[in-house]
Amino acid sequence: MIINILHLLILAVLFGFPAQSQENSGPLRIEITEGIIEPMPIAVTQFLAENAGAEAFASQLTDVIIRDLAGSGLFRNIDPSAYIGSISNFNAPVSFPDWKAINAQALITGAVNLTSDNQMVVKFRLFDVFGQENLIGLQFAASSQSWRRMSHKVADQVYARLTGEDPYFDSRVAYIAEEGPKNNRKKRLAVMDYDGANPRYLTGSEDIVLAPRFSPNAREIIYTSYETGVPQVFLMNVDTLSRRVLDSERNMTFAPRFSPDGRNVVMSLSNGAKSDIYSFDIATGQKLQLTDTAAIDTAPSYAPDGSQIVFESDRGGGQQIYVMSANGGSAQRISFGKGRYGTPVWSPRGDMIAFTNINNGRFHIGVMRTDGSDEKLLTGSFLDEGPTWSPNGRVIMFFRETQGSVGAPSLFSVDITGQFLKMVPTLTFGSDPAWSGLLE
Amino acid sequence: MTCIKIGMTLACVLALTACDDFRGNNSGLNGNGSGVDPSLTDVNNPTSVGYFNQTIGDRVLFQVDQSILTPTAISTLDGQVSWLLENTNFTTTIEGHADEQGTREYNLALGARRANVVRDYLVSKGVAANRIDIVTYGKERPLAVCSIEECWSKNRRAVTLVATGLLD
Repeated sequence: MIINILHLLILAVLFGFPAQSQENSGPLRIEITEGIIEPMPIAVTQFLAENAGAEAFASQLTDVIIRDLAGSGLFRNIDPSAYIGSISNFNAPVSFPDWKAINAQALITGAVNLTSDNQMVVKFRLFDVFGQENLIGLQFAASSQSWRRMSHKVADQVYARLTGEDPYFDSRVAYIAEEGPKNNRKKRLAVMDYDGANPRYLTGSEDIVLAPRFSPNAREIIYTSYETGVPQVFLMNVDTLSRRVLDSERNMTFAPRFSPDGRNVVMSLSNGAKSDIYSFDIATGQKLQLTDTAAIDTAPSYAPDGSQIVFESDRGGGQQIYVMSANGGSAQRISFGKGRYGTPVWSPRGDMIAFTNINNGRFHIGVMRTDGSDEKLLTGSFLDEGPTWSPNGRVIMFFRETQGSVGAPSLFSVDITGQFLKMVPTLTFGSDPAWSGLLE
Repeated sequence: MTCIKIGMTLACVLALTACDDFRGNNSGLNGNGSGVDPSLTDVNNPTSVGYFNQTIGDRVLFQVDQSILTPTAISTLDGQVSWLLENTNFTTTIEGHADEQGTREYNLALGARRANVVRDYLVSKGVAANRIDIVTYGKERPLAVCSIEECWSKNRRAVTLVATGLLD
C-alpha cells in the first residue's frame, strides 16, 4: 500500500511486522488533560544508516525526532546510556523485556538509506513495549534535502498515534525578524520551520513590515508593509516572492487574515478617526464593509468553518473581544475579565479563542471558549502579545518583548494548559509569529 | 486620503528629513534637517521648516489610550494653523504614534485616530484638506526608548511634518 503524503515529495509505505503481542493491557495512549505532570518515557533509538551516505543523516534525523517529541512536553526520551538492549537490525525482532526493564512505554526504531541520486528513504517502527505490539511501520522517501521534514513526519506519526490528537511538527512559522536599536528597528518578513530551523527572509528591511499570516495552503502570505509610505496589506507568493497591494485604493489597511477557504482576506481599513473591518475577495478585488461604528474595530479572525469572525473593538469604551457573523452585522461581546483584550485568534479546532490581555501594566496570553467562558491566562510578562495556534490547536506561539531601552522581542511557545513555556530560537529578534497549517 | 506624488521628488531634494519620514525611516523624526538648504532649517527664518519644528512646535502629545487634544496641544496646533495659512507652499504629513503599552494592531488604529484628530483640527481652522496627508506608525517608531511614563508620554504623539511638496 502506498500513500502519497507530500505530493511527489515524500512517499509513505505502510509495512507490516509479525504479530508478537503476548499480553494486551489496552491501547498505549497518553491522555492530554489539564494536569499532565509526568511525560511518557519513550526510547527513540538511534536510526540505523543502511549505507555510508546515510550515516550523516541518521543521527541528525534521530535528534530532530527526539527534539520534536520531547519538546511537546508530553514525552521524555530515555537516555541511551540506560539502555539494556540495542537495535542493530531494523528487521530483527525486538526484545521487549530489555525495554520494559528501563520502563520505556514506547520504542521507536528506524533506518535511513541514501540512494545515489540523493533520494532518501526513512523507515521507522513504533512499538508499544508493554503491549508488545508494533503500532506503526512506515517509510518515507524524498530528496535528502527534505530530511528535516521527514524527521518531523516521523515524529508527527508517533505523536498522533500516542496522543490520539492531530500532529503539528511538520509546519512552518512566518514571523518578523527584527534587528537594530529600539528607536531604529529594522524589520524583515521571514519564514522558518516551526522549530526555528531553515529561516528564510522574504523582504529586505527598507520598509516596516508587520504581522504576516499564512494562507491555508501556506503558499501565500498576507502582511502589512509601509512600502507605499503608509501601512497597506500586501499579498505575497512565498515561492516567487511576487507581491501586490490588496486594496486598489490608497487606504491604510492592516491586521489581515485569510478566510479558511483562502478566497477572502478580512482586515482593518482606517476610515477617518475609526477603523472598520472589511473582507476582500482576493480574485475580484471586491471589498465588503463588515463593521461600521465610531470605534476601532481590528484584529479579525475567522472561525475554522468560516461562519463567524472574532475581532477586537473599543466600541464599549475599552478594547474588548467580540464575535459577529462572517457577513458582519451585530456583534456579541465575549470578554469580561479584568483589563483590556485584543488580538483574538480562533483555534483551528473551533472550540477556543486565544487572546492578549492587558491588565495593570502586564500583558498575558490567554485562552477562552468561544462564548467567553473558561478563561485562562497562560503567560504573563512586561509584554506578551500576538498568539498563534499550532495546526492541532494544542500549542500557542507568541512573542515576548523585554522592557527598557534595550528591550527586544523573542518568540515563545506554550501548551494550552499553560505548561511547557519555551523560547523558539531565531537568529535575530523575532515578533508577530503566524503558524501555518500542517504541511501537505 | 490624499498622497504626495509630484511633491516627493521635490521634497527629497529640499528636505531630506521629511521625505525620510514619509518612507518610514527614523532618521528625521526630530526634524533637525541638517545638511539641507539653510533657508529651510534656519530657526530664525519664520518661513523655514526649522522654525516650524522648533518655534511653532511640530508635535502634540496625548494621554494614555486617548486621542483628545489637550489645551497645550490646541495651542500648538493653532500655531501650526497660522503658519500653514501663511506659508501656502508647504504641505504636511501628520504622523500618528502610540507608546509600547498596547497591541500592535490596536496601536496602528490609535495612531491613525490621533493623526486624524490633528488633521480635522487643522482643517476646521481653515487649512485646506488637500494639503494634509496622514500616516499611522502605531508603536513602530518610538522616540524615547525607556519603559516608563517619562518615555511613553513622548511617544504618544502626532507629528506634523511640513515639506514644500504638492499633495494630490
